[in-house]
Amino acid sequence: MENIRIPVGAWVDTLFDWLKENVSWFFDFVTFLFNFLIDTLTNVLVDLHPFVIIVLLALIGWLLRSWQMAIGTLITLFFIMTMDQWVPAMQTLALVIIAAVIAIVIAVPVGILAARNDRASSAIRPVLDFMQTMPSFVYLIPAVTFFGIGVVPGLVSTVIFALPPGVRFTELGIRGVDSETVEAGQSFGATPGQILRGVQLPLATPTIMAGINQVIMLALAMAVIAGFVGADGLGKNVVEAVATQNLPLGVEAGLGVVIIAVYLDRVTAALGTAKDFPTSLVAMMRKRKAKTKAVAAQA
Amino acid sequence: MSVVKASNVYKVFGKRQKEVVKRLEEGADRDELTKLGTAAVIDASFEVEAGEIFVVMGLSGSGKSTLIRTLNGLWAPTTGSVEVLGTDIAKIDAAALRKVRSEHVSMVFQHFALLPHRTVRDNASYALEIRGTEKAKRDEVADRWLKAVGLEGWGDKYPEQLSGGMQQRVGLARALAAETDILLMDEAFSALDPLIRREMQEQLVELQGELKKTIIFITHDLNEAMFLGDRIAVMRNGRIVQVGTPEEILTDPANDYVAQFVHDVDRARVLTASNVMEKARQVVTNQNGPRLALRNMRESSASAIYVTDRHRKFLGVVSDRDCIDHLRNGGKTLDEIIQPMSTSASPEDLLIELFLPSSETPLPVPVTNDEGHLVGVVPRATLLAALGNQNGDGEQTPDDDSLEWTAPVDTGLIDQILAETDDASEAGAASGRGDL
Repeated sequence: MENIRIPVGAWVDTLFDWLKENVSWFFDFVTFLFNFLIDTLTNVLVDLHPFVIIVLLALIGWLLRSWQMAIGTLITLFFIMTMDQWVPAMQTLALVIIAAVIAIVIAVPVGILAARNDRASSAIRPVLDFMQTMPSFVYLIPAVTFFGIGVVPGLVSTVIFALPPGVRFTELGIRGVDSETVEAGQSFGATPGQILRGVQLPLATPTIMAGINQVIMLALAMAVIAGFVGADGLGKNVVEAVATQNLPLGVEAGLGVVIIAVYLDRVTAALGTAKDFPTSLVAMMRKRKAKTKAVAAQA
Repeated sequence: MSVVKASNVYKVFGKRQKEVVKRLEEGADRDELTKLGTAAVIDASFEVEAGEIFVVMGLSGSGKSTLIRTLNGLWAPTTGSVEVLGTDIAKIDAAALRKVRSEHVSMVFQHFALLPHRTVRDNASYALEIRGTEKAKRDEVADRWLKAVGLEGWGDKYPEQLSGGMQQRVGLARALAAETDILLMDEAFSALDPLIRREMQEQLVELQGELKKTIIFITHDLNEAMFLGDRIAVMRNGRIVQVGTPEEILTDPANDYVAQFVHDVDRARVLTASNVMEKARQVVTNQNGPRLALRNMRESSASAIYVTDRHRKFLGVVSDRDCIDHLRNGGKTLDEIIQPMSTSASPEDLLIELFLPSSETPLPVPVTNDEGHLVGVVPRATLLAALGNQNGDGEQTPDDDSLEWTAPVDTGLIDQILAETDDASEAGAASGRGDL
């Protein structure tokens, strides 16, 4: 038995070599595109005065959640600034936002496909299992092979790692829509497309939003790991702190990650459960609008 | 003309559906075939006529919900055909099927199946939106139907702001706003509490009086089936075991299962006065005079008697004591002593509606038709017997239909008074002598 050795690793390595040889144009294009996206967003976030960003993010917090959220945002983000972690924090934020958007753009349609087609679902599920359970560092190796050192391999592995919950929650949400409600759509003659847009997606929204929340949180976790392959941001500071036994830097960069994580989590969680936050700006504006409408109807 | 026609419909779930159908046709029991597939509907054939409420009644697992879903193609039958307005809906493509649903068959669901993110008005106009009707027009139609179901002014609310009963009114308005000829109602009132359910049933009957839709109504509640159904199909284990009017199901159950089922039915809410009423025997015309009335009462040993005119138009009642006094006073006709009766029933009245009238009068409840003619009476004993009688055809009641609530005057006294007044009237004397 001990002589049996299946060289899976070598095969995959050969495969990747072949890919690099033959479809390098594709990797070049992806590198160019992702670099462009990240650079643009990072530049915007870093060039704007920190206070502008802080106020803007606080406003978003108020808009979607509550004024308490806004105040918390002001304080904690100001704290990041005073720890001198502002620029890496913005670099990480840019990486997370771009990675999450790409992941969602891929995950939601795949999730819809899986929800509507049992065969697609059973084909996709093991792939998702693989993506989620393969230790995330392993992604970094081929990513570097294909995209070189820097932010792009970080972004690619972040997308791969963050994608699965988006697919799973979308499928779960759509499959979980009350079958009678879907039948109601069918029984009034709605087409499958009309049912998807008018019934399934709206009713699955809270679940899909929970998935998006998970995507963003995983993206943030992976964005830190991406520091290992040279992606700028808090992750790079963490890696550096580990390598040089620099506790002060490690703590400060780590706290930065925590603050951004909590902010992104609270904001995106509120997206799916808007009804739980009656004091958010959005809810209040909606209420006022309903009131004026009611008054107009009475008049 | 039948609007919906199901012919030998089988619906089997599972991997070897056709084989299950074949085995069932050969006479196998569905419980033997569970390894091959689950037969939800077995050999269902029926026709639904235009304008009737056809109720499919059965316990859970009897296949009734599956059956109704084959009628608008939500499920395709495994074998057999379903014709809607002459079109076999299993043979048409998806687009044509959507057209049939959109234009001819709408549906009301057990758990309402409203869209929570849309206002009540937008829910009610859903079918029109699917059909591509423009916004202003569909709002107008939706508001009209919301008003018809009693939800005027609720259009801007969201479903979650409404009670269960109101939500189902929205479900009903949504189906009605589609303005289809056929309405499928799948346990539409089962999720509502009893008072609301009764209210909705009554509203449905009322609406149906105006709309004359063809309604196929699924329920597990026999009382509901009896109340709503023009005809009822009773389902058991996937098969239709009997189709008939409520009276037929009740009085002539096809087998022990149906008999057991109707055993518990609230007969007072199914049987009508015309089902149990008897020929009125204690009747005189107003021209007969008090003497004939008294004789008649003596023969039937009753204390009062009904009076009609020559054309059997119901006038009221006279009592034996009034007759005696009247005779003593030299009265010749009954007109002066007729007491009008406020309590009378129409032939369509349910037995439940006869209890109060029956308790208010010592006499059988008179049943009069639209022209006011006395067509029969419902004695109290008959009323009670109809409730207790499991084969309740209303004919096995005691033949003693004279209900003696106030003891009739002794027959000897009547003879005496008849003799006296006879003499008196011949002698031209005015009043009776002697105290009685």
